[in-house]
Amino acid sequence: MAITDTPAGSTAREALKEPPRKRPRGGRARKTAGDWLILGIAVLIGLLIAVPFLLILANSFKSPTDYATGGPLSLPSSLYFDGITAFWERVDFPQKLWNSFFISSVVAVLAVGISMFNAFALGIGRVRGRTWLVLLILLANMLPQEVLLYPLYFMFRAVGLYDNVWAVIIIFTVIQSAFGTYLLASVYGTFPKELLEAASLDGANRWQILWRVVFPISRPTLSVLLIFFFIWTWNEFLIPLTFLVGNDNQTVPVAITVLQGDRLMDVTTTSASALLGLLPTLIFFLIFQRTLTRGITAGAVK
Amino acid sequence: MAIATRSKERARRSVPTSLIPGSSRNAFWLYLLPGLALLTLIIVVPLLWNVYLTFTSYRGIRPPEFIGLDNWVELFGDTTFWTSFRNSVAMIIAMVVVPTVVGLVLAAMLFDLIGRKFGGRMASFLRATYYLPQILPGVIAAIVIGWILRPENGALNQVLAAVGLGGLQGNWLGSPDTALPSIMVIMVWVQLGYPVVIFMAALQRVDPELYEAAELDGANWFQRFRAITVSIIRPEIFVVTLTRAIAALKVFGPVYALTGGGPGTSTIVPAYYAYSEFFQSQQVGYGATIATALTAVIAVVSIIFVLVQTRLERSEEAR
Repeated sequence: MAITDTPAGSTAREALKEPPRKRPRGGRARKTAGDWLILGIAVLIGLLIAVPFLLILANSFKSPTDYATGGPLSLPSSLYFDGITAFWERVDFPQKLWNSFFISSVVAVLAVGISMFNAFALGIGRVRGRTWLVLLILLANMLPQEVLLYPLYFMFRAVGLYDNVWAVIIIFTVIQSAFGTYLLASVYGTFPKELLEAASLDGANRWQILWRVVFPISRPTLSVLLIFFFIWTWNEFLIPLTFLVGNDNQTVPVAITVLQGDRLMDVTTTSASALLGLLPTLIFFLIFQRTLTRGITAGAVK
Repeated sequence: MAIATRSKERARRSVPTSLIPGSSRNAFWLYLLPGLALLTLIIVVPLLWNVYLTFTSYRGIRPPEFIGLDNWVELFGDTTFWTSFRNSVAMIIAMVVVPTVVGLVLAAMLFDLIGRKFGGRMASFLRATYYLPQILPGVIAAIVIGWILRPENGALNQVLAAVGLGGLQGNWLGSPDTALPSIMVIMVWVQLGYPVVIFMAALQRVDPELYEAAELDGANWFQRFRAITVSIIRPEIFVVTLTRAIAALKVFGPVYALTGGGPGTSTIVPAYYAYSEFFQSQQVGYGATIATALTAVIAVVSIIFVLVQTRLERSEEAR
């Protein structure tokens, strides 16, 4: 009973604009040995997870001879940037960066839009057979991507979109919005009814309710989806590899992988390419980290 | 009061309406139009095309030739196919079971213990660290991991030698005994951060007073975890489990980049098997059969999942 009261309670508090109660900073921190042990375990897990990243970092700035003498585990004896510049120039990195950025941003925005429309109809509109519609839409997520390659190859060739970034944008808009619809529909299913009723009493129509009530209130959830979609699309490989054969259209992961086949790639250049490949998403993640903390279902509750 | 509201609720639910008063449910179909049109074009048509191909022999050049159920008969007797599904179970353990259970404990630990006793900054820093592998493009992860695990002068073997465990050195991805466990460890590494981030976000909903009350009542950490944490973030547990289960069943990238299904068939998974039939053996009809069977399995799992979820949500609402 107490548990079911929580959402209503926090909505009320939010409405009254009462600032969240701050706990005293030092007073509560009665740390036992057990607390320190748990912190130690958590930090150790973090370190283990970070090891491959530290290895990439250490080896990206080594010269091949440095690597040959010191092995993968030593720190670089002097900073060496040739690996990074060699890779940068060989793949025309700025262009790949732009391709990835353009595709991922457009997909993120379009997929969030489609997810919101779908979820508005399914979660708030409660159209007939919505459970089965959600499942049908989820098909986009369930299908192994190999299934799409042959048919979509023929379809996009027929309309002249083969080797065009828009082919990839359309495909991923559909695939990502499947997850978005699934998540948002259940979030909207618990949307505060009073708000919708109030808006409709004020004479707002469906379109206005969507943009003036539902959209602003669910914005935290929508931004989380936007970030996920951006990163997921950025990291995709098989479909960009198949549909973007031209050098000018390639994305960052495809360019790096294609270069792996190159015999001239030494370990330090490989490491440098991995570093450059992960930096953009890392920066993106660090910028938007805070949005993630605000919660995937925040819109439903607050 | 509670009873009155509840019966009113029930009365309202028995007449199916939208959440917006005065708006009929059918009017909302308009909003589904763009999504469903794109879905039909990009997903449904290719899927039906694939189902058709399963009844044909097609090598990609000459038009498909109808052969009836031959592909399906072959599929059921194909040991590689069954091996690939056995490996899927390993992938589910590595991508769903371990990350969800460990992620739940880690999220609760970060939120409830570390966040409260050592400050929110420490908790968010650790969470960001756990999430790192998720932002690494899969193929780049594979390149780096392959290079850490490689038998001659790979980082792992060097570490083992350095700490005096040289006897444990191995060709991690190259020998049939260790290839699958190695991939499983890699997948746990990749997946762990996702549930931690989602569960921690969900935990923001938990009223801290609940924990305090439970603590005062003498509930220990595990009891609070089970009674409060798990029950409140159950929707997110569902979302994580279902989406990761789908991802595990159709996992492709790491296998493609790290082992190519080998050595032998020790790490083959259905999606990779379909891919190799599609593009390496050019047996498009048979590849389509594997892919369709895989899609059917994923669809059945998802349907059961969503139906159970819906039923639980309804019984929760009715309570």
